[in-house]
Amino acid sequence: MSMDARNLTRNFAAPPELRGDLRLAAEMIEPGSRVLDIGCGDGELLSYLTRHKDVDGRGMELSQSGVNACVRHGLSVIQGDADNDLADYPTGAFDYVVLSQTLQATRNPRQVLLHLARIGKRAIVSIPNFGHWRIRASLLIQGRLPKTALLPFPWYETPNIHLCTIQDFATLCAEEGIRIERSISLDRWGRPYRLNPVGALANLLAEQGLFLLARR
Amino acid sequence: MNLSPPSSTRPGSAVQRPGLRLEVAEKLRLDSGVTLGPFTIAYSTYGNLNAERSNAILICHALTGDQYVAEPHPITGKPGWWDILVGPGKVLDTDRYFLICPNVLGGCMGSTGPGEIDPATGKPWGLTFPVYTIADMVRAQVKLIDHLGIEQLFCVTGGSMGGMQVLEWASAYPERVFAAVPIASAARHSAQNIAFHEVGRQAIMADPDWCGGNYQQQGRNPARGLAVARMAAHITYLSEQALHRKFGRNLQDRNALGFSFDADFQVENYLRHQGISFVERFDANSYLYMTRACDYFDLAAEHDGVLANAFKGTRTRFCVISFTSDWLYPTAENRQIVHALNAAAANVSFVEVETDKGHDAFLLDEPEFHATLRGFLDGCAQHRGLKAG
Repeated sequence: MSMDARNLTRNFAAPPELRGDLRLAAEMIEPGSRVLDIGCGDGELLSYLTRHKDVDGRGMELSQSGVNACVRHGLSVIQGDADNDLADYPTGAFDYVVLSQTLQATRNPRQVLLHLARIGKRAIVSIPNFGHWRIRASLLIQGRLPKTALLPFPWYETPNIHLCTIQDFATLCAEEGIRIERSISLDRWGRPYRLNPVGALANLLAEQGLFLLARR
Repeated sequence: MNLSPPSSTRPGSAVQRPGLRLEVAEKLRLDSGVTLGPFTIAYSTYGNLNAERSNAILICHALTGDQYVAEPHPITGKPGWWDILVGPGKVLDTDRYFLICPNVLGGCMGSTGPGEIDPATGKPWGLTFPVYTIADMVRAQVKLIDHLGIEQLFCVTGGSMGGMQVLEWASAYPERVFAAVPIASAARHSAQNIAFHEVGRQAIMADPDWCGGNYQQQGRNPARGLAVARMAAHITYLSEQALHRKFGRNLQDRNALGFSFDADFQVENYLRHQGISFVERFDANSYLYMTRACDYFDLAAEHDGVLANAFKGTRTRFCVISFTSDWLYPTAENRQIVHALNAAAANVSFVEVETDKGHDAFLLDEPEFHATLRGFLDGCAQHRGLKAG
């Protein structure tokens, strides 16, 4: 191994500052389990789980640069997306399937959600909450589509085409026979609120929701 | 057309082929039902096998490759075809890994093939050589790996036809393959690829010097036919962008069109050179047989039409690599392998490398590709408990 490669590995091995929702997701995952991280970016969560929880981790990422960075660091990641590349995985192939801040950018979120619940014995999903008061206020008072920290794009070029509120998401899960085992409402930095996570107040105050799901 | 053969005899017949040889006494039962044997496998090795015999990487060469991966070619004198990847400190690090590359069964660089002498008749095999498959190539390689005393290969890798052998290895001998890296390859040969191969074969067979396959006995060599086959194939290894970037419509050694059928354009001159230099080192009948082996390759067909069945229960770690401008083995074909591996719940990485160099990118200086391969191998080496090089 060249010195360059060694330095790269060492830097990568430094404890990463996991994003708030990822840190909470990581806490939900049992050590030694099989994990599929969909939309794994540059492998932040996978790398953390591999080193600290001894998981057998796999990833899927849309961007080529993200995939290549992951594989360069020894992670098992494929180029693909949640809409097109989940159908082939066998049922129950993973203990956990993680989809972080991505469901709202899929073409068919309902289908994706069903695949998550099928492929994983459990699924961990985080979504931006479109019911947050700033978003409501933006439309109600300013009459403009909202731009927030989690949803920063103008309407004409946003990848977020299927937005929902925390309560919308809970309703869909109920309709599709998916049990919400745990849910946490979070602020924009991923700090949890002490509220009923799927109640009306959380639906107004939380900027994101994090859910641990299982098939019924 | 101005494609005069360099000599009337078979290429390289007077040239020694340095390297190692394994004479296999057993007979090999081929997919066609014919048995072949005893037979010879010519091969090269680089680096040293460790005491645990756990650091061996098998390199499977492509259609027109051979075992001279990282040493000068005995006929052309050119550097090895993967010199860029193989060596001390390189991606395929000879300080860390033991690399093995056999000339495929049916090849023309020392392994038993149609250009060698059939011991039963004392004459060259020619078209009496049995038609063989990718699986047969791998069966022959298994004998070599047995002979070297290697229970499990750390990795099997190769591009194009080499990638097909990688998939066959991983499917037929999963417990003997710790990691598999098929590059710019496919789990079956597409209709378009079969079509291009057929053009090449017809070009060879249309050459009067082919003599129905008996050119060796007649002291002739179908060099013009083989050169045309190589020219047509070479186009498929490049990309429209790469050809344009390299040659455009630039003229060759002239300022104006010649109003003749000389090589007016640089691209014509380049292809003619590719054709002529190829026939110096390759045997026409070998080309026929090897293209046929590729055409017959369909891994799913061997498993009830379901590719995932080829990898059921596999514990091998896979890394599939494709190139954006490769239209011979496009990303879509590589992605089918990935989907099948997902369906088998296999451990798989998949990287598509952005390049305009076409199929040949796997032989060239592509830093993204090299970094990917290095990272994947490092990760596997950690899991396998191999020491850093």
